[in-house]
Amino acid sequence: MTDSQPPLIEARGLTKRFAGVTALNQVSLAVDQGEVHAVIGENGAGKSTLMKILAGVQPQDEGAILINGEVVSLNSVERAMGHGIALIHQELNLADNLDVGSNIFLGREPTRLGLIDSRQIEAESEKFLEMVGLDISPKTLVGTLTIGVQQMIEIAKALSVNARVLIMDEPTSSLSQLETEELFRVIESLKSQGVTIIYISHRLFEIETIADRVTVLRDGENAGQLTRDQISHEAMVEMMVGRDISQFYARENHQIGETVLSIDRLRTLAWPRHEVNLEVKAGEMVGLAGLVGAGRSEMLRTVFGIDAAVSGSISVNGQKLKNHSCGEAIEMGIAMVPEDRKQEGLILDMGTKDNISLPGLSQNRVGGIFANARQEASDSDLMIKEMRIKTPGDSQPVRYLSGGNQQKVVIGKWLSMNPTVLLLDEPTRGVDIGAKQEIYRLMEGLAEKGVGILFASSEMEEVLSMSDRVIVMHEGCVTGELTREELSEEAIMHLATGGAGTQVKTAAKG
Amino acid sequence: MKKALGILGLLIFICVATAIMSDRFLTEYNVENLIRRSALFGILSIGAAFVIITAGIDLSIGSVVCLVGCILPWMLIECEFSVPIALLSITGISLGIGLTHGILITKVKLQPFVVTLCGLLFYRGLTRGIVQDQTQGFRGGFSELRELSQGQLSLPYTDFGIPNPCLILIAVAILAIILLNYTVYGRYMLALGRNETATRYSGINTDKITILAYVICGLLSGLGGMLFVLDVGSAQPVDFGNFYELYAIAGAVLGGCSLRGGEGTIIGVIIGAAVMQVLKNTITLVDAIPTNIEYAVIGAVILGGVITDELVKRLASRRRANLQAKQTD
Repeated sequence: MTDSQPPLIEARGLTKRFAGVTALNQVSLAVDQGEVHAVIGENGAGKSTLMKILAGVQPQDEGAILINGEVVSLNSVERAMGHGIALIHQELNLADNLDVGSNIFLGREPTRLGLIDSRQIEAESEKFLEMVGLDISPKTLVGTLTIGVQQMIEIAKALSVNARVLIMDEPTSSLSQLETEELFRVIESLKSQGVTIIYISHRLFEIETIADRVTVLRDGENAGQLTRDQISHEAMVEMMVGRDISQFYARENHQIGETVLSIDRLRTLAWPRHEVNLEVKAGEMVGLAGLVGAGRSEMLRTVFGIDAAVSGSISVNGQKLKNHSCGEAIEMGIAMVPEDRKQEGLILDMGTKDNISLPGLSQNRVGGIFANARQEASDSDLMIKEMRIKTPGDSQPVRYLSGGNQQKVVIGKWLSMNPTVLLLDEPTRGVDIGAKQEIYRLMEGLAEKGVGILFASSEMEEVLSMSDRVIVMHEGCVTGELTREELSEEAIMHLATGGAGTQVKTAAKG
Repeated sequence: MKKALGILGLLIFICVATAIMSDRFLTEYNVENLIRRSALFGILSIGAAFVIITAGIDLSIGSVVCLVGCILPWMLIECEFSVPIALLSITGISLGIGLTHGILITKVKLQPFVVTLCGLLFYRGLTRGIVQDQTQGFRGGFSELRELSQGQLSLPYTDFGIPNPCLILIAVAILAIILLNYTVYGRYMLALGRNETATRYSGINTDKITILAYVICGLLSGLGGMLFVLDVGSAQPVDFGNFYELYAIAGAVLGGCSLRGGEGTIIGVIIGAAVMQVLKNTITLVDAIPTNIEYAVIGAVILGGVITDELVKRLASRRRANLQAKQTD
């Protein structure tokens, strides 16, 4: 590419706000034709938002997008496609009950006499399947194919609408090693045919292999760019991290006691090949760090007995859980604030009182079968007061409460049960700053009372400032453990992106 | 409760309108008969309501009514079973049916619609096979047993009496109200009907609770079947209890149950079941309405009821939004 030629696709000063939160702030990106351009950053750095804007899924608030040096408006997916930009989604969007050819031409079926011309679909499909190196019949049912092959079909589908720019969002997240290599071969071959690829991945090693250039985002802003010869694992991590957290939340140190929760050689359904070992002590706050999809939620769900364990054991205060049911976990003193509070944490059409009393209803029952109305009322009154839940009344459906107050109701459900171990999955997702601080204070208060806390969080500040100890997971494995002294953003990112433990030690010292 | 008042208004309106249009409506015979029929269908509707509250459905109610209704006289007359053994047997059959439905739905993870649709076909076919399509009756005997349905508690100083099925309904309703509103099991049913995932995350064995709902529905269908046959005196396996599941479900829905689950009051359901019966009675009595459009009228009334309910709900949520908008100003 000569300097005089404008980049194929360029974003200038893109800004996007969601309900007061700035997801992107003056972000720029320039991608040349025929390059593989990686975009990286921590969870929540703004990668997905940027890609959605480029693919026309959502419009930017400020800034411009240029194609071949001309300003264009990409305010719908159709428009973006018209400009040759296609997004290959993280979750595949194929109808698995239809065959390959029908999927490629879905919505654009060629017709003859008003009927679908399946012969033409077949002939055309074969052309695009060949481009992605697939030697399968267009008549094959998509549902019978592996995820890796389905991904190739997504790419073939994009090529069939003349896509010149393919945006791949975590394309390898569910691919095997072999499939990943096959994908890379296809990317190389597409590149040689002049197709441009914007590649998003958490897997820095893949980026070292495949990318021509890397743009790094941090907290919704440009953090830098690396050219082919500058790309290295260390250089990327260095750019992704680096923010001041001293102002974030100042927590007190407190007494740490005996081990309350121990997880021994646990294998989850999601990652049955990896064993997880970890311990949480009384009064200890253990952060569970990792990138999205590292298997943290699955691990917590398994400990809480929602998902069945493949093997291994879980003990509370030295006592092993016998039948791995959620009811038993609760009886043993495990409580969990799940990731999706609206689906898993709350019954939205019930009031604060009914939600709070639900897990303890059976324990508090009177006369064998009756709900203890007096206890319910006093428990919920106490929680509303102690946690400062803002609600017009204890029977107002929690659907109408703010995110922060809803989360307090979920935590309140478990506080009245006096848990020994509290598991929290993304405890402050989608709550405002004020409520965040209150939730941190609640967590701290519980730790002070001797509750062992294990919380998964994708927010680096939260992990860094709240944890006594951090356990980092990567693709279903615990890749390392960091004490408060060893704790740094670099160290976490190294482990979270699959860096070896030895590298971490040196990085943490440096 | 507001919903129950709305449906009560509809019931009173239909009653008053019919009383004006037909002088046969308020006769002693008609009123007593109407109360008896309403009570019988009310029992079925309460069963359906429990299942609907857990976001399920039971299409087999009518066929269970047929099975129990035919098997009871068959056991007493053809097999010469004693009354206690016959009653115990039908209790066991209804309980077993509910248990089977519940287990197939929760453990085998089949859809309630499919399981109970198969039940609808299976129990009717089974009944016809067992009794060889012969009408089963009490042949004028067992009058003491039949008092359960035909008898009445006469009110002192009047000519009126409360039909026994109505007393049985009251007992069933009281138990159902207590179960649904004051026990932990009822709360679990309401919770799991609204959000099964969150209920499971609260440590509740949702499978057990779902099975309980189907068992209750099975038992009440059996009780209904028994009372129906004791009332009528004989049952034809081909059409006894035909469509009763639809009356039961319609009564529950009209009475405020949402098929999405988690909603409903027992009182509302009983009134809903009564509306269905009064409506049928109205069509028979009022000469201006031809009898052959019975189903069309019932269908239209149910549709009107649920449309009104939806509109009221929308109005309420709009009012709430306006209120919130005002508060933030």
